[in-house]
Amino acid sequence: MNGWAMALFKRDLRLSVRIGGSALVGVLFFLAVVTVIPFGVGPDLNLLARIGPAILWIGALLATLLGLDRLFQADREDGTLDLMMMSGRPLELVVLVKCLAHWIATGLPLVAAAPLLAVFLNLDPVSMGAVTATLLAGTPALTLIGAVGASLTVSLRRGGLLLAVLVIPLAIPVLIFGVSAADAAMHDPVPFLTPFLILCALTLIAAVVGPVASAAALRFSSD
Amino acid sequence: MRSRLLKLVAENLTIDRGGRRVFQDLSFTVEKGESLVVTGANGIGKSSLLRTLAGLVPLASGTLRLDGGMPDLLLQEQAHYFGHQDAVKPALSVLENLRFWQSFTASSEPESFAGGACEPIEALETLGIGHTAHLPAGYLSAGQKRRLSLSRLLITPRPIWLMDEPASALDRASEQQLLALMNAHLASGGLIVTATHTELALDKLRTLHLKAGDPAALPEEDAVS
Repeated sequence: MNGWAMALFKRDLRLSVRIGGSALVGVLFFLAVVTVIPFGVGPDLNLLARIGPAILWIGALLATLLGLDRLFQADREDGTLDLMMMSGRPLELVVLVKCLAHWIATGLPLVAAAPLLAVFLNLDPVSMGAVTATLLAGTPALTLIGAVGASLTVSLRRGGLLLAVLVIPLAIPVLIFGVSAADAAMHDPVPFLTPFLILCALTLIAAVVGPVASAAALRFSSD
Repeated sequence: MRSRLLKLVAENLTIDRGGRRVFQDLSFTVEKGESLVVTGANGIGKSSLLRTLAGLVPLASGTLRLDGGMPDLLLQEQAHYFGHQDAVKPALSVLENLRFWQSFTASSEPESFAGGACEPIEALETLGIGHTAHLPAGYLSAGQKRRLSLSRLLITPRPIWLMDEPASALDRASEQQLLALMNAHLASGGLIVTATHTELALDKLRTLHLKAGDPAALPEEDAVS
């Protein structure tokens, strides 16, 4: 990685660690969503195991949305974003690096917490591994798609809710293939790899489209 | 191309912000070693002009270019913007803040610009906040934050300084220091465009006075050396 990208990556990671809480709050929210479901659904272990991957995915999606609104807003409020646009570095790559740092600080802890939460939902070890693998491959896409919403709502004071409304429809394909890959691992005849590879492809597409769209929105908002 | 004199040329600038025309047909040039002080009443468009030069506000019409600069860099990529916001992260230490900008900001050193860069710690010493280097920036006072933000201009060489009210929140001693830094920048062949209400004793100073009511009229420019 180039010197400037590394510097940005380290700064963002350091900021999220120092300011603290972003990873923990995300994981706690994830925990709250996942633990509340069995109370609503009732103590039917077979049912829980069947809908478990879907619950974990929805929980991860909501927890990802939680931290996204600050992705660019903090930098815009103190004038950092203006200077980033003048820095002579491609804004698309700046966005990509910021997303990567944000995912490591908030997305990766969710992936790490997933196996533990899967126990709550009576998932067997195979599907536990499958859900974790799909979350590992799919949550970067959620962050990258969310970055578009974050940059569109960057100038709004309370853009968090609008961000969620904008991003959730775009995240549906990721959710569909994430859950179907995890389900496929549980039910034998369906191949796991086909939906999983589509999920990986979605992440790769988001890694291209997300930063470009997000950078365009940020440029527009600098006025 | 690169050996030509450094010259910022603005021709017939027209800017709209929020559906309102801020000014139109504004033309001026700033040459190497010169400073342009933009004056005018509040809300007349001084900050808009600086933000336009910084590439943050799109032009409705007109052209902006830097003659004699680095050919593959845009105007705003050869300029430092020192605005109202300090771009200081309170959770990082003073030195970490500065080191980030040092490695993140691309430098621009055209041939006719002799300004050099100094190390972050030297820049902090120059501005008298060297003793705060390892403190979290959140503990700095407003004036100290301002000086930290100013030290950003010293660590990456760029020929153009765009300064919006540079003297705000600075005490008299730091203001003198600011002037000395600005004059040193001019002496090394840089150029400065600044919007200000206070008198700044700059070398080779020219004034651009923005007035309301006659947007098409040529702004008055008077040269003082």
